[in-house]
Parts: sequence; structure tokens; C-alpha cells
Amino acid sequence: MTSVAPPATVARSRPIAAGARLLDPSRAVWALAALALTALVLVPLLWIFASSLQSDATSQWTVGNYVEGFSRAIYLEPIRNSLILASVVAVTAVAVGTLLAWAVSRTDMPGRGLIRSLVFAAFVTPSFLGAIAWIFLAAPNSGWFNKAVVALTGAQRGPFNIYSVAGAILVISLYSYPYAFTFVASALELMPSELERSAALLGAGWLRTTLRITLPLARPAILAGFLMSFLEALTEFGTPAFLLIPARQQVMTTQIYLFFQFPSRPNLGAAYAIPLLLVAAALLLVQRRLLGRRRFTTVGGRGTARDAFQLGRWRWPLFVVCLIPPLLSLVLPYAALLATSLSRAWGNGPVPGNLTLDWYRWALFDNQSARAAIQHTLLYAAAAATIVSVLALITSYASIRRLLPGARILSFIAMAPFVVPGIVLAIGFYSAYARPPLLLYGTAWMLILAFATRFLPIAYSGSESALRGLDVDLENAVRTLGGSQLTTFRRVTVPLLRRSILANWLLVFVPSLRELSAAIFLFTPATAVMSTLIFDLSDAGNFEPVSTLGIIMMLLTFAMVVVAYRLFGGAQLARSRGA
Amino acid sequence: MARITISKLERRYEETAALAGLDLSIEDGELVALLGPSGCGKTTTLNLLAGFARPDAGEIWFDDRLISSPRGVVPPERRNVGMVFQGYALWPHLTVEQNVAFGLELRRRGRPEIKREVDWALGLVNLRGLERRYPHELSGGQQQRVALARAIVVRPDTLLLDEPLSNLDANLREQMRFEIRRVHDETGITMVYVTHDQAEAMVIADRVVVMNVGRIEQIGTPREIYECPRSRFVAAFIGNANCLPGVLVEPGLVRCGELLLRTATPSVAAGTDVTVCVRPSALRLCEPAATVSENAVHGRVVQQAFLGDHQDVRVELAGGIQVRALAPSREDFEPGTEVRVQFSPGDCHIVVD
Repeated sequence: MTSVAPPATVARSRPIAAGARLLDPSRAVWALAALALTALVLVPLLWIFASSLQSDATSQWTVGNYVEGFSRAIYLEPIRNSLILASVVAVTAVAVGTLLAWAVSRTDMPGRGLIRSLVFAAFVTPSFLGAIAWIFLAAPNSGWFNKAVVALTGAQRGPFNIYSVAGAILVISLYSYPYAFTFVASALELMPSELERSAALLGAGWLRTTLRITLPLARPAILAGFLMSFLEALTEFGTPAFLLIPARQQVMTTQIYLFFQFPSRPNLGAAYAIPLLLVAAALLLVQRRLLGRRRFTTVGGRGTARDAFQLGRWRWPLFVVCLIPPLLSLVLPYAALLATSLSRAWGNGPVPGNLTLDWYRWALFDNQSARAAIQHTLLYAAAAATIVSVLALITSYASIRRLLPGARILSFIAMAPFVVPGIVLAIGFYSAYARPPLLLYGTAWMLILAFATRFLPIAYSGSESALRGLDVDLENAVRTLGGSQLTTFRRVTVPLLRRSILANWLLVFVPSLRELSAAIFLFTPATAVMSTLIFDLSDAGNFEPVSTLGIIMMLLTFAMVVVAYRLFGGAQLARSRGA
Repeated sequence: MARITISKLERRYEETAALAGLDLSIEDGELVALLGPSGCGKTTTLNLLAGFARPDAGEIWFDDRLISSPRGVVPPERRNVGMVFQGYALWPHLTVEQNVAFGLELRRRGRPEIKREVDWALGLVNLRGLERRYPHELSGGQQQRVALARAIVVRPDTLLLDEPLSNLDANLREQMRFEIRRVHDETGITMVYVTHDQAEAMVIADRVVVMNVGRIEQIGTPREIYECPRSRFVAAFIGNANCLPGVLVEPGLVRCGELLLRTATPSVAAGTDVTVCVRPSALRLCEPAATVSENAVHGRVVQQAFLGDHQDVRVELAGGIQVRALAPSREDFEPGTEVRVQFSPGDCHIVVD
């Protein structure tokens, strides 16, 4: 039998290299990437807390900013407005989104695929662009709807005023109902129709079945849609900036913006932004619990064959009703933007003689700042996408393969920007990098790193799930053949993941193209991008070039979306708006 | 080439011990099979040998080089150990040729040498002509051969094989056993072969290490393991032996209920509780006879399954114990048939638990 004691050659044997793992040069790569990631996320967050506790005038430590921000009436008013705005938006968006979701996933309504595509297009459109378009449609005097009413009825002035809280509610609802739609539609599609059939067999009518069975089962999804719309409305900057600053009715995000205008109070702004961060974190936690809870989520991944609800003569009327939200969020706004971009003066309307392609020549060739903004947008978005795909890949690899101590903390940090509203992240970046030791303000890096941080969770979760799908033996095989961990990563892991690396790149690139709420705080004239140029031009009332830039921006966006869709299908794209 | 010495090796996952004190030495050029049910620690042992995991106690030596201990492990890439993975782990983005050449490239060999060596390895596993194919264009058996070629082309000191045939169908599996044995004989590489299939272990290995719940139950040649199981577990795992509990009456004589069995293995003190192990193929079923002879007992057939060249018969003995017998298929043993079960003394082995 061959059980033996350790050999007697211990003395002359080479002692084991206890430090072998420490000396592995690849560890430096993982460690550096982890360090960069941590700095990227934590430095701005720490700075925003630090700034919020410093006096603007004397830089002394104080809680005065919190006291001032949350006791003075003029600063409490925006909080009240924000809460009203967010609540009404959430209710509206959920009502619309749920109706559309039910119609698309549960009935025999015609044009279900069309409605679905239109909702997705509304998902991709930034609401600040919608806000601009709605200015053309419903500005108090010059808006086309008002002019039409005046022309038809002979009234003194039209009834619509988009520069109001109601106007902001309309516009934000039009671009946040897709959350409720997506959550509820997927819940309804996974719900086996046996649940409804058995209610019907017990004698319940369709109304009772819908109210007692279908909707209660979809309740967590409906609630999650409510929370996401609420959060979207609370942290949205663009639409309130376009519609409410002119009306002198501030919400929290526009008030924060004003804190950064002359006479600037950045530290007060930081304190004022902290609740947004806390509320966002809390709401997303609740939302995750709702969607993650097994109690309601109705069984397995594969939806059973189901018979659609027979609408009968209501098929077409329901279709018409379902067309209204896309009409208001897509057809009319894009028509308005397109018409304006092709007009010499938008107030005259799209009539012969007023039509021109000059604005496109202006944006693409003649105007230095417009051309620069387009170039910056593409360059910064590409740089952010590249940095973040590489960083996310390396760090998620180090985390999943447990190459560093504290791997779990690393993924937690990487996912943290998910709960940081863009405006809060921007203030953090401003606090951290608008002063020595690392003065980035005024450079392209300010925007690139802000975009990278903001969309890091998209790339990180993408890399992580791709790595989980990779058989670890493919890597072990390299090790046994003499390759180090780094060689393994380079020669096998990266080549095998190239598709998902490309997907991550696109998923960061697309939202970076139209980012406004972080860019607005961080750009300087030398680093303006399309969204900030749109903001500035709109401020000056130059709506024709604004529309032109908006159309160009969306053409770029939809082109990339189409590329991504062709390459990877729809499932992964949903993530891009998830963060 | 390497002689492997494993001493007092332990490895825990959370609270459970996957490996509880393993001692084993493997000679240079030997082919050893680690055999046992899932969870017995055989794959853990392989991972420790490869350097993917760190032991919680004990040491592993390659010749006079300590390569694993709780204080640290030499990383896999510096052990010169080859491995064939259960799922083959062929890189899908590389062709057969590139897969096999990969290890040589890492060793910075010249282009002509790489070409020559890849050609040698593919020839060894009968895969010449498929160099430009991608893994997904190959059958399971071909993929298996590529994995083998990729592992041996770098001439590792030791080759570890982790259930390499478990994804193949039965015919191919039998053929590949001999292929792997042939590759071993032609290259002389020390091989450690993990499997849960006892037939595979018997065919392929010089020595078989039977493992159970993190411990070694028995080490021996296939013949020793089969003919002289030293524990009830080994007897049951190798060839589904019938295990009859009994008491030793005198050396070589065991009472199991009403049955008095003369056995091959002596040298245990009388009065000890023992188990008598006897394989289904060693039982003979005959017509009931009036006279009661030694090593025979009456029973009644309770179940019968026809398996082609033989049949699997379950018999309830007079004492209430059930045994399995493999009988020639030409005789008919309907359930309910009275039979006499004969135990040949040479096939009855005493195991003390």
C-alpha cells in the first residue's frame, strides 16, 4: 500500500514560494483597475458630502447649508413643486403605461407590434427634446396649437401654456410611461393564462377577472413603474429647465442649477442635492425588492400559450386610444422639430417660402461652435464608452475570479452610480475636480469621466453577466499550459467576450450622446457638447438651430440603436434605460 | 516526468471537509485512477494537484519539490501539469491547430518546432487532417481527442484527466479508454485519472484509488480491488456486491442468520461482527434439493429482469435477506420460483467495518 510520509528530502528542497501570488505581475493590473474604479465613483461622492458641510463664504465646516436649504421658504417651494410634479407624473405615467401594456400583451388589439416599437422609441428620446418640441406646439402665444385655436374660434389668445408645472408634468409623463409599460407588460406576459381562465370558469366576468386577478398579480410591476417614473420626474433636469425656469417656478433640480449661477452657492447646492441621492437610493432599493420578490412574480420563465382577450368591436377604438401617447410623445414632437429645423423662422410655420436646409448646413459645416459640439459629443461619448468598457471588464473579472481581496465591495462600488441622479453626480464631480489637486474643470476629461461614471453600472453588469456565462475551465486550461492569469485574460477571456464588450460599448455610447443633466454643470465653452449647446441656444430663443441639433442628435442615437439591435437583439437594450 | 507524493492533504469548503487527510504516492510513469461517487473528493484532489486550490492542511510534492501546502501554492502555470477537462474546455475562437499550438506558443517555441510537435500530437490521437476545423465543427469524440492532444503536446510531467469520457456515448467511451491507455503507454507521462465509472477505472489504470467522503477506502490494482475488497463500500461500489451481515463463528466460517458460510478470508478473531461480500455473478441458482449442504440456502425469486446474455434475479433468502444474482439467461426464474442459492467459498470475502 502506498500511503507514505513526506519525503526525507525536505532539507534540500526548494522552499515553496509563499510570495508567489504576491509577485504575480498581473495583480498590479487588477489592483490598478480596482483603484481607478473606486476613485472614479467614490471621490465625487465623498466630495459632495464634504462640500455640503462647508460654508460657501468662509469654507469653514458647518451644517449651515442644510439649515438654510431646508428652512427658507424660497428653497422649500421648489421641494414642494418637485413632490407635486413627481407624484402627478408617476400616477399619469402608470395609468397610461399599464393601459398600453395590457392592450399590447393581453388583447387582440390590432397594431400591437407598432405600439410596442413606438413606446421603445419614446424610451430612447430624451424628454428635454420633447420639452423643446412642445414649446413650439403649446407656447402661450406663438405655439401652433394656440394659433390654431385663435384662428378657429377668434379668441384673443389660445388656452395652452407649456411654461407651467402642468406643462412639465405632461412632457415628463410622455417620456416616463415606458417604465410602467415595460414592467407591467413583462409581468403580464409571464402570467399563465390558467390563472385568468380558472376565474372565468368560476363565473367571473372579464371586468371582475381583470380587476380581481390580473391587475393584483401585476401590482408589484405597477408599483415598480410608479417608483421609477417618480424618480425620473424628481431627478429630471432638462424639461424643468426648459419649461419652468422661464415660468419662474423652480423645482429642486432647477434650484440646484440656480445655486451654480451668479451669485454662486455651490456648497449650498451640494447640501440641497443630498436628499435627491438618498431618495433615489431608497426608491431603487424598494423597486428592486418589489421586482425581486417571488411571492407575486407568477412562475417560470416561459410564458404559456395564451388566448388573447377578445375585444370585439372595441378593437379599433382601443387602438386609437393607444395611439394617443405615442402621438403626443413622438409624432407631434418630431414633426415639430423637423418642421422647425427646416424653417427660416419657426413662427411662420412650415409653409413654402419659409422652408430651407440652411440650418443643417449651418450645423454641419458653417458654424464653428455647432461643428465643435457635434465632434465633442461623438468624441466624449466614444472615450467614455471605451474607458468604461475596459474598466468594467477588468474589474468585474477581478471581482468574479476573486483575484483581489474585497471583491464583493468592488462590485458594490461599481453599481453605486446606479442610484446617483445625474445632477447629483455632476455636483460631486464639480466639487471634486473644479479645484486642486486634480483640476479637471474646463478639460474634456471632466465630461468624459462624468459620462463614464454615470453609465458604469450598465457596462459593469453587462461584463459580469457575460463572465458568469463563461466556462471557467476555458481559463484553467490556459493556466495548466503555462499561461499566467493575465495571459489567460488577454488570450482567451477577452477574445471570447468581444461581442459583449462591443454591446457594453454601445450601451454606454448611446446614452452619452444625449446626456444633459451632468454635462450642464461640467461643460465650459471650450468643451460644449450637443446637449449643452441646445440648452444655451434655446435659452437665447434660437429654436431653429436647436431643432436642427436635436434632429441630428436623434439621428445619431437611432442609428446606433439600430446597429445595436441588429447585433444583439432587443433584450440587452432594455438595460440601457434601466440605469 | 514526476513522482507525486501527497501527504495528509485536507481541504474544506465552508464547514464540510471535501478531503480529510489523503495520503497517496504515485510513481513516475504510472496511471492511477481516482474512483468514487460524486462528492468523494476526487475532483478536489485533482484541483489541488493542478494548483487551482490551496490545501487547508497537508502537502503535495512533485519529486523533491514542495508545490502545495497551506502556506502557499505554486500557481498552475509553473507546475508543468497538463489537464483534460470534463467539458474539454476547447477555446471556441481557435482552430484545432491553434488550440493545440497554444501551449507551445506560450513556451515561445519556434514556428517549425510548433508545427512538428502539433503534427506529432494530432497524429498520436488520430486527428490529422482536421487542423483547420473549429471545435464546434467536431464530434464529441474528436473534441475529446483535441483536448488530449492539447494537453500532451507540451510534454507535461503529469497529466490530470477529470472524467474525460463522461460526455461521450457508451461505444465511444469504450473505444476512448483504450486510446487514452495507448497514449499513456506511448508517452510514458504520469497520469491521474478521475472517474466515477468503475469499469473505466479498471480498464485504464495501473492502480485504482477508491475514495469515499474525502478518504481513501482502498488502493490496489484493478484485480486486487475487485477480488479482495477491504471494505463494504468498496465491495458495493465495485460490482454491486451482496453484503450479508454476520458473526464469525470460527476462522473462515460466518453465520448470517440461518445461513452458515465458509469463506475465503480467514484471520479475524471469532465472535467479531463481519460482513460477507459476494458478487451477484458468483451466486449460483439451482433446483431446490432435499438435503441441506454447506454454503447453500433456500430462497424464493421476487424479481427478474432479462438483460440479454444474462438475467438479473433478486432472491429472498430464508432469513428474510434479499440478494442479487446474475444467472445465465437460458434458465427461467419466474417470480415465486423456489430456488437453492449456492455460495462458492472462494468468492465470499469477509470485510470488517
